[in-house]
Amino acid sequence: MRGRDRWATLVIVALVLGAAFPFYRAVAGSLTPEAQLFEGAPLWPSPPVLEHYRALFAEREFWLPIRNSLVVAGATTLFCVTIGSLCAYALARLRFRGKALLLGVILAVSMFPQIAIVSPLFLLLRSVRLIDTYPGLILPYLTFAMPLAVWLLVGYFRQLPAELEEAAMVDGAGRLRAFREVIVPLALPGLAATAILTFVYSWNEFLFALSFTLGPERQTVPVAIALFRGQYQVPWGQVLAAAIVATAPVAALVLVFQRRIVQGLTAGAVKG
Amino acid sequence: MASIRLEKVWKTYPNGHIAARGVDLTIADGEFMVLVGPSGCGKSTALRMIAGLETPSAGRVMIGDRDVTALPPQERDVAMVFQSYALYPHMTVRDNLAFGLRMRGAAPAAIAARVEGAARALGLESVLGRKPGQLSGGQRQRVALGRAIVREPLVFLFDEPLSNLDAKLRLETRAELARLHRRLAATMVYVTHDQEEALTLGSRVAVMREGQVEQVGPPLEVYRRPATVFVATFVGSPAMNLLPADVLAGQPPGGSPFGAAATLGVRPHDIAVVPAASGDLDALVDVVEPRGSELLVYLRLGRSGGGPEIRVITPPDLEIAPDDVVGLRFDRERLHVFERDTGQRLGS
Repeated sequence: MRGRDRWATLVIVALVLGAAFPFYRAVAGSLTPEAQLFEGAPLWPSPPVLEHYRALFAEREFWLPIRNSLVVAGATTLFCVTIGSLCAYALARLRFRGKALLLGVILAVSMFPQIAIVSPLFLLLRSVRLIDTYPGLILPYLTFAMPLAVWLLVGYFRQLPAELEEAAMVDGAGRLRAFREVIVPLALPGLAATAILTFVYSWNEFLFALSFTLGPERQTVPVAIALFRGQYQVPWGQVLAAAIVATAPVAALVLVFQRRIVQGLTAGAVKG
Repeated sequence: MASIRLEKVWKTYPNGHIAARGVDLTIADGEFMVLVGPSGCGKSTALRMIAGLETPSAGRVMIGDRDVTALPPQERDVAMVFQSYALYPHMTVRDNLAFGLRMRGAAPAAIAARVEGAARALGLESVLGRKPGQLSGGQRQRVALGRAIVREPLVFLFDEPLSNLDAKLRLETRAELARLHRRLAATMVYVTHDQEEALTLGSRVAVMREGQVEQVGPPLEVYRRPATVFVATFVGSPAMNLLPADVLAGQPPGGSPFGAAATLGVRPHDIAVVPAASGDLDALVDVVEPRGSELLVYLRLGRSGGGPEIRVITPPDLEIAPDDVVGLRFDRERLHVFERDTGQRLGS
């Protein structure tokens, strides 16, 4: 038994190291002077420099894509969780014909490969003059994020006993009020997990962001980083620094809410 | 306070299940009405339609003089105690009790006073700051009760509120509910599958079966004069014995001529064990169960035990053992006769 435990620990350590190493290399690389990067890139730079980060914000105005990403991912998350939770609540509770079919269709919508709908979406957005605008990104993101959010939340709401909101309604709350005062507080872990998954998806999304924006005014972080590449060279130091800046908020978010996410994703596995 | 009336109420669920088939029921102001029946008989559905949690497919629900058929629960001024208690797990006991008043826009000072009052009446003062998860089963039950009481509603609805308690606590709470009803003199509707609970608590009892009310009446009347075979066997424990009426061939019960088209019902308490050949019928003893204050004896009719099974309650000190042949004497005043095909009561 003890031997097996030790093996398990070893495997886990190896996995974590393997997963963390690229991230470590990115951090180290972002602190390495440009010249050293092409001379075999040391494991840890001596001395570490902040010139890439300085260049990122001083020369490249990297705060612009960060702002755009925050706006787009934030708005997508907000709409997704609010509208999605109302929709999921209805699907979880109301009895009507064709519910299973409706749930299936909702999920099917998010199954289309992105690349297949980029062109039609572009034409659609152009015809309503939403190219290179925030709504031009938020709306397409919602079409992908919302079905998954609805599915996650339907599963979550279903496990909350219906008697709780019935009690609230008999107690004098309307359906919406019962939802807000009783269901939402109890579904917080599920809502948090959904919010984070949506935010991470929107934050990292590349294809739509590249296709539906025209210039730095609306480009998001992944697009901005991809466009660092010049005609003759790739500024690897800055790319790595930008990657760190882009990853940090998401990683922080996940770490802070880690327990909630796990609770949310495994909800229903064990009766609590 | 208010009366409640269900008028020809039907309920068909989307899956096709019919839970109420033209239920007609009037519950008087201040009455403790118990709906009792086996699971799936529609008693909970009837209660939920009074609460407004289900909408009837046809028929009317009246509370007082108001037609509430189409009103949502929050506009009916009813309070309900759920089987699972349905306490809000994220709120303290105090907030649980205050929730209904808060939803109805009561002033904070008034809320505080009424919550304190209810907590004192139910012995919950010391746990007001706790959450439901930190309470015992009995305490949770009290909080659920308190949540209904603070509201001072027109009507109290109970959906099997005692079924999650252990036997001892159930008896205590049952007595407490009876006291509560006497003190508040409120209209209460109580759903249970336990016929004993129904008989002890109800001012009147409605026995339900397959979405219909079989009989409504005071507990003693339902027990003494069951309207149908179903009520006869459902109410009373151990259940009434049913025999083809011709087992008493040549000795028509009560002196009236019932043919073979009748079923005879006789409660185990209404049969006396006498020496063989000196009673109405002879029977062979099968099993003897001592129950403390009495014996429950299972017998088979006929000297060789070839007839139908019959249950008899006897005094605890009766000398009786399996394979004895004994005589049975039926109490002629307490025989029930039912039409064999319809199950309806015949005669008085």
